[in-house]
Amino acid sequence: MKTKILAFLMAAVLGFGTVAAADEVQSLRGKPAVEADTPPPVSNTVEGPRYARNYRQQPPLIPHRIEKYEIDLKVNMCLRCHDWPNNVQENAPMVSVSHFIDREGHKLDKVSSQRWFCVQCHVPQADAKPLVDNSFTPASK
Amino acid sequence: MVHLVGRLWRLFRSPSARFSLGLLLIVGFVGGVVFLSGFNWGLELTNNETFCRGCHEMNDNVYPEYRGTIHDQNRTGVRATCPDCHVPHEFLPKMKRKLQASNEVLNKLLGTIDTREKFENHRLELELHEWTRMKESDSHTCRSCHNFAAMDLSRQGPRARLRHTQAAEQGQTCIDCHKGIAHQLATGALDAEKVFNEQWAVSHPQPAKQEGH
Repeated sequence: MKTKILAFLMAAVLGFGTVAAADEVQSLRGKPAVEADTPPPVSNTVEGPRYARNYRQQPPLIPHRIEKYEIDLKVNMCLRCHDWPNNVQENAPMVSVSHFIDREGHKLDKVSSQRWFCVQCHVPQADAKPLVDNSFTPASK
Repeated sequence: MVHLVGRLWRLFRSPSARFSLGLLLIVGFVGGVVFLSGFNWGLELTNNETFCRGCHEMNDNVYPEYRGTIHDQNRTGVRATCPDCHVPHEFLPKMKRKLQASNEVLNKLLGTIDTREKFENHRLELELHEWTRMKESDSHTCRSCHNFAAMDLSRQGPRARLRHTQAAEQGQTCIDCHKGIAHQLATGALDAEKVFNEQWAVSHPQPAKQEGH
């Protein structure tokens, strides 16, 4: 009888233990395995006059809000206005031809896949104050 | 069989010898009220967000895409849910759309879009249906809230002001520019849009503009 009760208790403890372990999934990077991203704060895009470039290679800033434009594997809504020949009708700046050359130097008729995600380089312009004092001066000065 | 139909037809046509005209009128009136309210009630049951989300095709694909867009969540909390945009508001077009939707029930049973992959494969086709509907109705469901004449262009951003002025001059409709605003677009949507616009221009030629002096 005693052994029976002991076995029952042990089974209960083991069962409980596995349930408890299932609650806390451990990964090599600690827990939790995947943390939900917090959405970035809403930025105050300055619409209107374009900000000047600060150095020759600077990707031009975007002078309008872009949060409603879909850019993913399926479509790139930026190209709806900025890709040639759409830009003529839309009166929008044309995507530079440098974006139509892949890394082997082949000239393409579609934006190179390495250039597909515009916002990797181009960001909406904002009146963002420097976080740290610095001595940067634009190359044009 | 023909004999029976004939007898029923004669019974239907002959005046009642048992019931008074008043009773027949009252029963007919009450019956009509009950039928119409029931019909309307049933219609409204199938014309709201909860019903639309009832199938996983909608709940797992287009609904999460709609979440967080301006029509779902905004400063004032006024929402436009599925039927506000996707079901015509006038009676006859609404009935037509509701009858068309029986095809959607059929394809639900066939499992045409019961996985994300299948849905993505059909997205362009579905998208073109929606663009066509919007074009044909001059974006009627958009305009049931967004009255172009009541828009205060001076309170819009400089870009929107310019484009809306041009749109009014050129007689454009909302969907011409505002595509993919509440849901994702399909692969190749931008190329399809060009073809769609060209085909539309051919099938719906604009009357030539009168040149003023």
